[in-house]
Amino acid sequence: MTSYVLRRLAATIPVLAFVGLFVFFLLRLTPGDPAILIAGDQATIEQIASVRTQLGLDKPLTEQLFAWAGQLAQGNLGRSVLSDMEVTRLIGMRIEPTAMLALVAILMALAIALPLGTLSALKAGSRIDRMVMAFAMIGFSSPVFVVAFFLVYVFALTLGWFPTQGYVPLAQGLLPCLNSLVLPGLALAMLYAALLARVTRASLLEILAEDFVRTAHAKGLKPRMVVLRHALKNAAIPVVTVVGVGIAALLGGVVVTETVFNIPGLGRLTTDAILRRDYPVVQGLILVFSLVYVTVNLLVDLSYVLFDPRIRY
Amino acid sequence: MTSLTRRLALAAGLVLPLAALPAAAQTVLKVRPFGDLRTLDPMTTSDYMVRNHAYMVYDTLFAVDAKGLIKPQMAESFTTSADGLTWTFVLREGLKFHDNTPVTSTDVVASLKRWGERDGLGQQLLAHTASLTATDPRTITLVLKDRWGLVLDALGKPSSMLPVIMPARIAATPANQNITDATGSGPFMLVKEQWSPGSKIVYAKAPTYQPRKEAPDGLSGGKLANVDRVEWLIMPDAQTALNALQAGEIDIFEEMPPDMISLVKGNAKITVSKLAALQGVFRMNQSQPPFNNPKLRQAMLLLVDQEQAVRAYVDDKALYTVCPSFYMCDSPYFTDASWPKPDLAAARKLIAESGYKGEKIVVLDATETALSPQTLVVSQLMRDAGLNVDYQAMDWGTLSSRRTSKNPVTQGGWSTFASGPAAPDMTEPVGHLALRSNCENSWFGWPCDEAIEKLRAEFTMAPDLEARKAIARKIQERAVETVPYVPVGQFWLVRGQQASLKGLLSPGVPVYWNVSKSR
Repeated sequence: MTSYVLRRLAATIPVLAFVGLFVFFLLRLTPGDPAILIAGDQATIEQIASVRTQLGLDKPLTEQLFAWAGQLAQGNLGRSVLSDMEVTRLIGMRIEPTAMLALVAILMALAIALPLGTLSALKAGSRIDRMVMAFAMIGFSSPVFVVAFFLVYVFALTLGWFPTQGYVPLAQGLLPCLNSLVLPGLALAMLYAALLARVTRASLLEILAEDFVRTAHAKGLKPRMVVLRHALKNAAIPVVTVVGVGIAALLGGVVVTETVFNIPGLGRLTTDAILRRDYPVVQGLILVFSLVYVTVNLLVDLSYVLFDPRIRY
Repeated sequence: MTSLTRRLALAAGLVLPLAALPAAAQTVLKVRPFGDLRTLDPMTTSDYMVRNHAYMVYDTLFAVDAKGLIKPQMAESFTTSADGLTWTFVLREGLKFHDNTPVTSTDVVASLKRWGERDGLGQQLLAHTASLTATDPRTITLVLKDRWGLVLDALGKPSSMLPVIMPARIAATPANQNITDATGSGPFMLVKEQWSPGSKIVYAKAPTYQPRKEAPDGLSGGKLANVDRVEWLIMPDAQTALNALQAGEIDIFEEMPPDMISLVKGNAKITVSKLAALQGVFRMNQSQPPFNNPKLRQAMLLLVDQEQAVRAYVDDKALYTVCPSFYMCDSPYFTDASWPKPDLAAARKLIAESGYKGEKIVVLDATETALSPQTLVVSQLMRDAGLNVDYQAMDWGTLSSRRTSKNPVTQGGWSTFASGPAAPDMTEPVGHLALRSNCENSWFGWPCDEAIEKLRAEFTMAPDLEARKAIARKIQERAVETVPYVPVGQFWLVRGQQASLKGLLSPGVPVYWNVSKSR
């Protein structure tokens, strides 16, 4: 397994290099210039040119690329052209809210989807099944921002149970932090829960029709034990795969959720950096996101061993 | 105690000590500013957020009062020689920077010289200056080469770029490099370690600040910091900001969109007030066809109905003004001289006379800005008048880059864009952003007219207000012929605020001294 992990890790290097190169040129092809945004609305052409020189944006593209690659080789993502802060520091400041939001959303999604998907599979064709699938369809087709504003209106503005916006860092206490993440976590979890509920149902239905399940029933095991101990474990691989793939959807979803709930995370940092053409920050973020995807995929692959002893690396 | 209760008690014991305690005893004013703070240097950018930041942490030698008059601020007194060439300024006693070092005349000289390298009015001041020296620790002497009439206007300039005073060691930073140390002598100081770009900017009350004894008056007078901290919480989404205001999570919501005003009407806890006035500017690219033709620009002035355009953004008459002038309507230089009434038929006639042959007119529109609705209305008026409009929607980042291009429209160039400079930048002819007609050195669109430039130079030498008014009028009369831009109405940006706040000032720039909040 070690050699497999090392091979997979080694394979991430060309992936990241390609992503980095692609993002670098894509950003330069996008209209816009950070120097103009920094210089302000009233700046003259000369003042803008002066800012461009100061930022090194007047140098040839290849020179800029090699300078960035040189920094990357030393583990340095560069500095924000706007705030002059190190990109690693900026990302470091924003990781916690996004990580916490993603974690809360995944846990909420699993807490909603696994029981509902299981119930739906066990009662396939019944009214409960249809209700669960209707919920899944609504959750799947509702835009995150619509769910978000609905939750804010009901639970924050009308009932006053949760704040309308903002993030309380973990350092200020776990409960205040979780309290600030209930609504955004739920908004983000809805889509994910809908997807997982459907996959859990489909996977479990397939497993429940297997011979070994019939055998377990024939042996006299309680139905609950058959489902929890045998069927669910075997149905887990597609669910875990979707959990992994869903991380990508989740990272896309945090951009909207963080904006609506004013959470200073990586999603907000990404949109702000794109709107202001803060090239080093966008480049750094895309690399970090790519690394997250690659790592999550690797972990998902490795987790298969836990659910199916036949799988070996 | 049951096992579950014990576990809960243990969990609470672990969690509660981590809860936030330190800020509990402080008064914190939470503000949703209209934008984000990108850099800290008020002398290298005209960005209004940096200007607003500068008002928090810095002070200026002079400042504008509510009537638009220039009053001493850091200066205790000043004298002028009989020939008007030598100006002597004396600093107030006891002024200190946030690092507890005294403010001296050396700091003032270094700051003004740095500012004079970047700011338009500052450049003019230095061009007319023979010497600017620190005579003693509290005295600054300015000797002019000639009798230039805008010394106080320059030193009390209310908007970007502000002539703020910073320590000489920081002012020594080359003017083409951003400063990173925000030490000033203003009522608040930046808590830099808590600054999180794109998220939060924190200011703390400056214990070293020495306010003037007078009551606050416009941007002048005593600047009392009545709250311990001011937090600017960046919220890109206006609906989120409105929710936060309604839930009492923030105290002030800057630039509340006008269509949200009705949503808080009837809410006794929230009031809405005027924040800052803007002039809508519809700018034409005069370096390229077809708007290098003055007749076509004159047609634009005739076809734009300000009322129709501005009401696309705000429909409350108290919040907009139809102003037949290039100057702000409440400016001392306001004049409606030679201003034509909107007349579509006359505009069509002028278009025909101009020789316009249906060339494509590329209208750039940054759809997230307040000027976007006006752009849509003006674009339709242009189509109605028979112009071939190519409307292009984009974000401000793209527009601000596109408008620097002097290429023809077929090669990525542009024909028009809209912007909304703040009132202080549109009040008098010299600082006026869009009236300047000095060709390559003027604002994007590059109007070029010697007569206007000559009159602007005369304005700086005029002996008194009446003489200046007369020149401002001549400039308007000339500009109605050259049409450097088309005004599309003046309007107020508004802010929503908690009704419980006391003493919030409205000097046309968001400032947070004098405001108090109950603990």
